[in-house]
Parts: sequence; structure tokens; C-alpha cells
Amino acid sequence: MTTLDRLRETWRRDQVFDFMLPRPDFGRPVDTSHGPILYVEDVSVSFDGFKALNNLNLYIDDGELRCIIGPNGAGKTTMMDVITGKTRPDSGSVYFGQRIDLLKQPEHVIARGGIGRKFQKPTIFEALSVFENLELATASNKSVWYTLNHDLSGEQRDRLDEVLNLIGLNGQAHRDAGVLSHGQKQWLEIGMLLVQNPRVLLVDEPVAGMTGEEVEHTAQLLTSLAGRHSVIVVEHDMAFVRSIARKVTVLHQGSVLAEGSMDQVQSDQRVIEVYLGE
Amino acid sequence: MLTQRLLLSDRGGMVVLGLVVITAILVPILNLAVPPDSPLYVSNFTVALLGKFLCFALLALSVDLIWGYCGILSLGHGAFFSLGGYGMGMYLMRQIGDRGVYGHPELMDFMVVLNWDALPWYWQGFDMFWFALMMILLVPGLLALVFGWLAFRSRVTGVYFAIITQALTYALMLAFFRNEMGFGGNNGLNDFKEILGFDLAARTTRVGLFVASAIALVLGYLACRYIITSRMGRVIISIRDAESRTRFSGYQVESYKLWLFVFSSMLAAIAGALYVPQVGIINPGEFSPLNSIEMVVWVATGGRGTLFGAIVGAFSVNYAKTFFTTFSPETWLFILGALFVLVTLVLPRGIVGLLGQLRRKGEKP
Repeated sequence: MTTLDRLRETWRRDQVFDFMLPRPDFGRPVDTSHGPILYVEDVSVSFDGFKALNNLNLYIDDGELRCIIGPNGAGKTTMMDVITGKTRPDSGSVYFGQRIDLLKQPEHVIARGGIGRKFQKPTIFEALSVFENLELATASNKSVWYTLNHDLSGEQRDRLDEVLNLIGLNGQAHRDAGVLSHGQKQWLEIGMLLVQNPRVLLVDEPVAGMTGEEVEHTAQLLTSLAGRHSVIVVEHDMAFVRSIARKVTVLHQGSVLAEGSMDQVQSDQRVIEVYLGE
Repeated sequence: MLTQRLLLSDRGGMVVLGLVVITAILVPILNLAVPPDSPLYVSNFTVALLGKFLCFALLALSVDLIWGYCGILSLGHGAFFSLGGYGMGMYLMRQIGDRGVYGHPELMDFMVVLNWDALPWYWQGFDMFWFALMMILLVPGLLALVFGWLAFRSRVTGVYFAIITQALTYALMLAFFRNEMGFGGNNGLNDFKEILGFDLAARTTRVGLFVASAIALVLGYLACRYIITSRMGRVIISIRDAESRTRFSGYQVESYKLWLFVFSSMLAAIAGALYVPQVGIINPGEFSPLNSIEMVVWVATGGRGTLFGAIVGAFSVNYAKTFFTTFSPETWLFILGALFVLVTLVLPRGIVGLLGQLRRKGEKP
């Protein structure tokens, strides 16, 4: 392309520059008038030639509990990275509700705007107490100057106590988060998502390393969250998925292989091939 | 409420701060009011030495704030310290007036030697103390802002950040060595006469500077405590421990790092500005990367992430340095190196951590 062409391209009359677009208004309720709260369309990501996501299409309804399964390397974590702004896709679009283009937003704006994420490995702040962990995550003004001079308001504290009860850690609020058991850490992280008041929760392997009883508790917790929040769970544990799932999406080589109820998916010939390696 | 938060909640800090305050009260009395032949007399040399240590302690505080609490290892804090020092030095130079060797009413001696006929634009205004003070804060602050913005925005962290801060201070050193820069080149700025009309050679002025350094250290400590006990402080600790988690909790990590870095650089600059009138010289050697590494050693030795540990470290390492450079100058660098290795291997939490461990052992025998 010559310089002239490039110049013409830049000064096209119907060109709309990013900086001229109105700032997305996360303050207003997310527009879900058409059903889905999250639109992932034709998203492709490649790392050094390896296609982690390959024309992935995914729609998550408002208030839905969706499980995403797939063999290792199917692109589950990359998908979460794309939604939360950690990885920018090579092509495709990701919309939050009807209006908000997530691909143009940095991570912290997406997080403040209502998409919470739990990591595969429990990542909590071990040097801080349980209470302080939740305090940090609580939805509030998160600018530097504000946090320097303000503590949480009464309302935010109430919400924090409510979540503390919900995740069953109310007796341990002032213990260091580092001494909690593995399962408790997982719950604390889920609690940290909840105090953010997110519309969409992305939960990566919530029951990895948990005992049977803890798994049951987590299943109850996640199903109780659906409805108020949209929950997306990525998990390997099939028994767990079966116990909570209403709709399951199977990813394979970066795109959707099958979608439907657990029974439908499990009887799908292609899914069996992928999982049993035939 | 605020006293509880800043002081009482941290016992070690209270002890160390108490010691600083006691020193700041006792030393001037013992120097000025006690006759020189009394065993209690504190010599002028000791006052100057302790004053220097107080400045180093403030500098160590600024390093601990970003390294110990936010995990940003800056190996270039000497740059901000020296810039603050040069700011003060420029003010002191302007105070010399026509008492220089060449007796020029406006130009510094080194400018006369270079055959300059007018004062460079960046020396204007430094004859006013308030202007010099402003520049002492603004110039290093602005440098930290621009440098930090570029580095943090590109998510440069850890050892890479440490390396580019080393490059920063090294580049500044080379620049300040050049005569054409107009900062006295190799010799730097020296031969100061007076500060705010007080004779710098007078005993009372030296004691005054000593007390000013102590006050700056106490205020600096309280300011750091205010930051780290606020909600912002907890965000900073979480950035150190799990940066991406903090980001996904909705915090703009870069701006937290940036403002903390700027604050820390200004603290270092204040330390530099107080240091220069007490030692009577500032030259480009202060920018040397080795100095910046030494600061990190002070903090590591004292115990990072405690604030008062930085003060303890600055005093103990510098005391050792004075001791060894007096008795066998050539061994000091080896000792410094050995200290760094030893602290890393044996005392990961520094002197303060060791004391805490011993106390806990003593409590439950």
C-alpha cells in the first residue's frame, strides 16, 4: 500500500475513530433485551501459529448457568482471557449486552463493569486477612486517591458480611487468608467475585483439589447463584458438571464441538471420539 | 484514631521512631550545651555523621515503600536522591554570590572557567529558596512520572524494571559528568557558604540541619504509614502478591504503581536535599549505580516490608561502612557483597525479622 492509499484510508469520510466513540456506560444496566448477556462471535486467537481459538461462537443468556468442558488445549482458558481483556483476539467480536464492546476495554474496566473471574489456581492475597481480601474486591470507587482516604461505606460492609456468611467464612474473617484450607481458599475467591456484584461470573475449575463434601457445597453455591448472575463454569470433573449443568458446551481445538444438555452431549458421536480419542 | 493507626498498631515502628526522636533531642543538647572535655560530649563529626544517616534512613524508607510493599525493585533510586541533592546544591551555589574564587557576582566558578557569559536558563530562580524546594520535589517527581508511566504501561516488571532503572541512573551520571551540562561536571557543586542566611560552617547550623533531617524522617515515616494502612496500602500489597488478581478485581494496577513510585521518588529527593548541605558537596558520583544497589542492601539487611526495618538497616549498614572504611578501606566492598549474600541466604526478613523471631522464642521457652 502506498503512502497515499494509507492516507486516503485514514481520511475516509465514513471513518469513525475509536476515540470518537462514546465511552461505554457501565453505570447503566446492561442491555439484555435480546436474551444473551455475552456475545462471543467468530473469535480467533493464535499464539505463534498455534490456533488457540478458531472462529469460536458462544452466547450466554442472562442468568444462565453454563458449563464448558473440553480436553486440554481446547481453548477454555484462552476464551476466558479474551472475555476478561487479558488476551486480545486476532479477529472476532465480544459484546457485553447489546452495546458494550469488550475488546476495546482494559481488564480493570471490564472487571468493574460486571464480569468477574476466578482463576484455575486459587489466587487470593495470602498476606491479607479474609476480611481484607473481600474488602479489596468489594465494588466501590477504586481510584488511587479515593482508596487513600476512604474506607468502605456501611452498605458495602453489609454486602461484605452477607457474602462472608454465604461462603461460610464468617468465623474466620480476621485470620490470614494464607492459612485457609484449599477449599476455603476457593470459596474465598468465589466470595471475592460476589462482592464485586458482577453480572457474569467466569469460574475456572472451581472444585479442583476439593474433598467430596466441599464439592457438594460448591455445587450448591454455584446453582444458587445462577438466576441472579450468569455463571460460566469451566471444569474437568464430569460428575460435578453433571450435578450442576443445565446446558453444556464442548470445546475442541478452539471452537464449539457440541452444545446441549449433558445427556445430549454425552451421546454425541463426535464428543465421544474427542474424549476417547478414537 | 489516627495515632492508633499510624503508631500504636506497630510496636517495632514505635520503638524505632522513639529512638529517632530521642536522638534528635539528645544529640543537639550534648553537642551544644556540654563542654567538649566532658565524656558526654557529642563531637561535631558525630553530629554530621548521624545527620547523614538520618538522610539515608529517609532514602531507605522510600526504597522500602516501593520494594517491600509493592514489589517494585528500583535499582535507580540514587537518581532521585541525587537530583534532589543537585536542586539543593544549585540553591546553595547561588547563595555564594560574589564570594567565589573569581568573584563573579552571578556566575559560578566553573562557569567562569568555561568562559560562559550568562547564567543558563535552568539556573534561573534557584536563588530563591521556595523555588529551589519546589524544583527539588518537581523535577524528580516528574522524571519518575514519565519514566514510571512508560515502564508500567508496558508492564515492565521485576528484574527488567530493575535493569532499566540502573540504566536510568547510569545515563544521568554520564550526563552530569559532562561540563557542558552546566552542573559543574566532574567536580559537581561544592564550596557552599550559607543556607537561608545561616553560615554552613557554624555549629548551630549543622545542628539545625540535623534536627531538620530527623523531622523529615519522622514525617516521611508517618506519611508512609498513612499510605500503607489505608485501603490504597492494601491494594498495593495485593499488587505485590497477585498482580493479575488485583487487576481482575477492578483496580488499575498501573496507576497505583505509578503514584507510589512518584511519591517514593520525591521522598528520596527530600533525603538528597537534606544530605547535600550536611556533607557540603554533590557530584555525579552520587548517581553511580553502585550507590543505588547499596540502598537496596540497607533495606534488605534491615528487613523489607516493615518501614522501620529500613531505618534500622540504613543505620546499621552505614555504621558498619563508616567503621570499616576507617579501619580497612579496601575490605568494605567485599564485606558489602558478603552481607548481601548472607542476608539473602540466612536472614530473608532482615535484622528486624531476626529480632522478632528471637522475641517469639523467648516468649514460649
